[in-house]
Amino acid sequence: MKKHIYIIAENRLVAADTYRLVLTGDGKVDGEFVHLEVPGFYLRRPFSVCDATEGRLTLLYKTVGEGTRALATLPEGTEVSAVTGLGKGFDAEACREKALLVGGGLGAAPLYLLAKELKALGKQVTCVLGFNKEEEVVLEAEFRALCNTFSLATLDGSAGIKGFVTDALRELQPEYDYFYTCGPMVMMKAVCQMLEGPGEASLEERMGCGAGFCYGCSIPTAKGPRRVCKDGPVFKKEDILW
Amino acid sequence: MVKDLSVDLCGLHLSNPVIPASGTFGFGLELAGDMDLNVLGGISLKGTTREARYGNPTPRIAECQSGMINSVGLQNPGIDALVNEKVRALRKVYGGTVIANISGFSVEEYRECCAKADACGGIDLIEVNISCPNVHGGGLAFGTSARAAAEVTAAAKAVCHKPVFIKLSPNVTDIVEIARACQDAGADGLTLVNTFLGMRIDIARRQPVLANTMGGFSGPAIFPIALRMVYQVAHACHIPVMGCGGISSARDVIEMMMAGATAVQVGAENIRNPYACPDIIRELPGVMEELHINSLKEIIGTV
Repeated sequence: MKKHIYIIAENRLVAADTYRLVLTGDGKVDGEFVHLEVPGFYLRRPFSVCDATEGRLTLLYKTVGEGTRALATLPEGTEVSAVTGLGKGFDAEACREKALLVGGGLGAAPLYLLAKELKALGKQVTCVLGFNKEEEVVLEAEFRALCNTFSLATLDGSAGIKGFVTDALRELQPEYDYFYTCGPMVMMKAVCQMLEGPGEASLEERMGCGAGFCYGCSIPTAKGPRRVCKDGPVFKKEDILW
Repeated sequence: MVKDLSVDLCGLHLSNPVIPASGTFGFGLELAGDMDLNVLGGISLKGTTREARYGNPTPRIAECQSGMINSVGLQNPGIDALVNEKVRALRKVYGGTVIANISGFSVEEYRECCAKADACGGIDLIEVNISCPNVHGGGLAFGTSARAAAEVTAAAKAVCHKPVFIKLSPNVTDIVEIARACQDAGADGLTLVNTFLGMRIDIARRQPVLANTMGGFSGPAIFPIALRMVYQVAHACHIPVMGCGGISSARDVIEMMMAGATAVQVGAENIRNPYACPDIIRELPGVMEELHINSLKEIIGTV
């Protein structure tokens, strides 16, 4: 865990209610998420890391509440405080050869960093993303460029297959030895129940400290109570009690 | 001039008065890899009960203007795991004052847990929590009646050789009455205040934000009320007080000590800044210099 000051290099609407926030600062951020301070709000907000390179950190967020709406108004050049190095992320090493990534909505964001990692390890990557409608689609070009196979679904059929990611999975019948999923809880539950074989899902919970010491985000799991921020947010499929 | 930050608390020497409050710093170990714990004057460990508890369902956290509400509900591994595992592990990396925070659902449970904490070599001081707002039939129930508070205090004192502090709730009509009852029952000191019972509603979902509906409100918003209560209690009692409630800066520490606190506990601020306590301790000498304070001991209860 580290606390840094970053500079906003970009904070731009890239899809419906969806912003890309690029932060610049020292070093390369590790960890699954960052805990960002929004001026005027008491608690930090957790955001999944979508991409991290030397001196540069990319996040995607949706304006869903007062905090994210305030974040969206911050101009380039603004200094923001972030706690980084948080959370246990996806285990890229768990995949032998063929990985399947299933994302819903902004769940696509952390899967992008995972896809890069899997490709760097020489794995084959299939990615299926689902959104409500075309205007909400993010990272499509990036995933298409990176993945061996890519499939898109929208609920209203305005882009890709009409339906849920589970419909896209049924049509695609992808080969994989390990799957990774991130998105709304109902979607991840459906994915974990549908897909055979080992896999993991990135859960979401309202957090306090984000670093494992306030126990504000503990959930019951098959292995007992676990903190989403510290023991997760990524958990093995069989440990999650839906 | 070198500033003297040290304070003495019931015979314990603290290198400085800043202590992370119970429930906002885990069992210390969670942060051992991220900072030098030894800069802390003490650590008040997460509230512990006889049996292990999972606590309340999530969401357990709600944000407020200048504060937050929690309804964690005393998630803890139980007193045996605390003394045998958590404290033992913490003692390998931490040499300062270790405070066990004990909660319970009956006087007998308090007695049993206090006895075990007292027998644990790694624990220096016992803080009896009669003010947790997040569990039913325990905690707060003992903290809102002077008679029940005195009964728990006497039970703890009967089994403890180490200093016993009673952690008081602000959710009472007259905190001084409760404080005096604890003092008369033999308490060595008092910690105040715990959180204020609060609530938020998600107006889009038309439901409480917290799964447990209500929780404990803390953060800078409560600082003036906590300060007032510390002032009242410290002036009415002769036993030392650990001041707690909304402290977020070195200036707040000094203000709380001037009101009568011998040491202070920092709570919610740790949640928004995990480095809050080391940051405050680092700031203290500069603020003391500015205010012409050479030793923090000199300012206790001077207002």
